[in-house]
This record gives sequence, structure tokens and C-alpha cells, in this order.
Amino acid sequence: MGGYGDVQLLRDDGSRLDGRKLDEMRPVKIEAGVLPAADGSAMVTHGLNVAVAAVYGPMEAHPRKIQRQDRAVIDVRYNMAPFSTSDRIRPGFNRRSREISKVTAEALESVVLVERYPRSKIRVEIEILAAEAGTRCAGITAAAVALADAGIPMRDLIVGVASGKIEDTVVLDLDKAEDNYGQADLPVGILPNTGEIAFLQMDGDLSPDEYNLAMEYNFKAAKEIHEIMVEALQKRYEGGEA
Amino acid sequence: MAQLVPSLLRQELARLAEEDQRLDGRGRWDARDITLETNCLYNAEGSAKVVMGGTIVYAGVKFELRTPWPDRPTQGSLMCGAELRPVAGRKYEPGPPSPQSIELSRVVDRGIRESNCIDMESLCIVPGEKVWGVMIDIHVMSDQGNIFDACGLAAIAALRTAVVPAERFDVGEDHKLQVSSTPIMASFTRAGGRFVYDPSEEEELGGDERIHITLGDEGHLHSLQKGLRGVFTPAEFAEIFDVAQKHCAELRKLVAKQEGN
Repeated sequence: MGGYGDVQLLRDDGSRLDGRKLDEMRPVKIEAGVLPAADGSAMVTHGLNVAVAAVYGPMEAHPRKIQRQDRAVIDVRYNMAPFSTSDRIRPGFNRRSREISKVTAEALESVVLVERYPRSKIRVEIEILAAEAGTRCAGITAAAVALADAGIPMRDLIVGVASGKIEDTVVLDLDKAEDNYGQADLPVGILPNTGEIAFLQMDGDLSPDEYNLAMEYNFKAAKEIHEIMVEALQKRYEGGEA
Repeated sequence: MAQLVPSLLRQELARLAEEDQRLDGRGRWDARDITLETNCLYNAEGSAKVVMGGTIVYAGVKFELRTPWPDRPTQGSLMCGAELRPVAGRKYEPGPPSPQSIELSRVVDRGIRESNCIDMESLCIVPGEKVWGVMIDIHVMSDQGNIFDACGLAAIAALRTAVVPAERFDVGEDHKLQVSSTPIMASFTRAGGRFVYDPSEEEELGGDERIHITLGDEGHLHSLQKGLRGVFTPAEFAEIFDVAQKHCAELRKLVAKQEGN
């Protein structure tokens, strides 16, 4: 995070460049059931990020070597569309998307009641159509709503949120400039009902106090996003449809 | 995963064909509902979303600066790629591009390229040194039949709304990409022994060969492709060619209407 000092990220009055307060997140919109071909799906618009998740299964796990006798495996693919960033990305997996896919799968395995479906596989496809910092969090939120939309039993939903540090100040939900020139980023996946954490990454520099404040912001945002997730699912299933 | 083609589905398609009906109640040459949205993706220089029944496709246009090919020093380049990622349906597997997605990419690419709707000379910045490379990436998000037409429509609609990001690359002012015409694809599948327009997923699953026709503004042919096992007669082609003309003209109006907004 070497860009610090080069770019002013806070105005003189202490507000952020896009006018947000320190503990204010970007607007979030969620729609469930957006892909007719999928068993469950969701689109999350978080600021300018657009993440779409599709769920297929539970289905037979193959090749057989990936099968688990006592539970389902969750096969996650996080992928950024070639046109999702300002410079085109070559199609296909890279190290970053592989890592995000792996830790996201492990986070989702912590909330899905995988023991209900031994020897099966649940496929979760996360496609990022537009990226503006925070795509992995938007992807996790989309995946959780898509899993619920597919009717897959879970202990809780999981909400992806991030806080970070810019100009020695802890802020909620970094945008692109703040992510590029900031000092730290703390993306987490929070179980809103139990208050547990299933996804955790961090890079940069945070003091223990700053970590605590960033986590406090994350929990506050998770509560807000959780309400939007629940509304999206209610809207999808009200009126006896599907 | 191999798909089982239930003989019952084939029988049902054949029975419906005798009564001149289709599984979803459409007439033989009817399209499903189509919606087209443009400029819907932040970060893409041009973009479109096409919904045809349960089929959903996005296309995004990106530009890059490159050195021209030595034998064409004043020409830019165009590349069109369609990805059939596993998000699109249960039948799609992760891995390198399948022959099917390569065919899809190339058929869409040919329709646009051969219509000459983009003047490659207009993509030249400094002859021999610097030209624009235009890349159209198509993302199939949900396949419920006839992704070829959806991809073709998304690609040309995204191109027609694209803005060349010259300022970001420090080579002049941003300007609209010049696209002089609107090539449109129309696809037919043999289902129950006769051709139908805009095949559904079931018609593709229980059907035979397919034919893709891309037509330009004047109704001229720009690309043809026959896919899958099966044969057809010149008379059958003449019949679907007329249908293609009618639908392509309608879709061209839809693209123009979207641009007017």
C-alpha cells in the first residue's frame, strides 16, 4: 500500500472524496433469482461493483476423488469478466481468482449444512461484471443469497463487507481510489445472526485499536446488508411464485 | 456432463411439428420476448445486456493500444470472444474453451467483421506505430436456448454504443466508435423434423442441425454456419432465409431504438 501520501483521500472537513461519512457504506442493491438457468441466483450491486452468483446442485460430485463420504463439497469459482475493470483482463483463472475462490468456498462450507448432502457437490459460480474495489465481498453476499434462493439449508446467511484505513483514518467500505491509495483493507464474511466470522483477509497496516474499530464498522455494515438480503429473498418468494 | 436426449422429447417434438405447434406455444417462426439494455456495465467502454426468454447474455467492449500488423500499418483490429462459463448452465464445465464456445465466438466475430461495419482504417492513430485494438467480450450468464442470436445482438449493440477512451490513453479526445451498419444474426434449429426460429433449450436438446445467418443492413449475407449433425435442402434454406430477413430487420430497429435513448 505504497500510495499513501500521494493522493488526498479525505477532504479538509474530514469527509471522504465521494461525500460519504467515515462509517458510511456505498449503496447496496440485491436481487434474487436473476438467472433462469440456475437453481439459485442473485445479483449484488455494491457501489459500482456488480457481482452475479449462480448455484447449481446439490448434484453428483465428480470426479469421484473430490467426493466426501459424510458431506457435500462446495465448488466455488470467482471470475472477473474481461470487461469488468478499466484495463481488460485476459479470460481465465489467475492466482488471485484461485485464492479468492478457495477461501470463499471454505467460508460457504462453514454456513451451508453440507452434512445433509453426502457425496454431492454444490457449484457456486461468482461472476464479477463490474469492479470498483470490494468485489470479493459483493461476491460472497451474492453467493449467500443465491444459495438461499436455491433452497439449500444454511445455519445463517453470510455477508461480505470490508473496512480499511486511509490517511491514518479507519473507514468503512473502501472505494477504488481508497483501495488503491489507502493503507489497509480488512474484508470479512460475517454471519449476521450468530455474529461469527467465516471469511477473513487483511493487508496493509492496522494498529490493534484500528483493527477493533474496522471490525466494529464491518459488523454495523453487515447488519444493514443483511436486511437488504432478507428483503431480496422475501421479494422473490412473496405471492407464491417459484 | 453428457446430456441424455430423452427419446420422449424427440417424439414429442415430432408430434408437435405435425400439428405445426411448439413446446412453449409459439408459432414456428415466432421469437421469444427480447429485451435489450445498453451502457449497463461500468468500466466497459460499450456494453449491452440481452434477455431472450430465459437466455441472458452480456457484452462489453474494451480498447487497447497496440502496434499494427507489419503488412497492415494503417489498420486497427477487432476481436470478438464469447465465453461459455459454467455459470451459464448445469451442462457447462470449467476448463479451457470448449469447441462449442470457440464456434460461437467465431460465428459472432465473422458476422461483425465481414459486414465491414467497422472501418479498420478509422482505428489507426499513428500509421505503423499505434492503432486501436477493439475487443468485444461476451459473457453468457444463462443459457435457455439460442445463445448465438443473443450473443450476436449483444455484441453489435455494445459496439454501437462504445466510446473510444482516447483521453485515458493520452491520444486525443474521447469519441464515439464509428460503426456504419448493424449486422444481425438469425438462428434456426431442426426440431421435430422441421426448422424453427429462435430455438428453446428443449428444441436444441431434442433437435438436430442448426443454421445461423448473419445479415447486414441491405439484407446481404455476411456469415453462414451450419452446426451439428443433419442435412437440409436448398428449399428449406430459402424458406428460413425469408424469415431471417424479417427478424433481422426488426432487431435492427430494436438496436436503433436503444441508441436513440
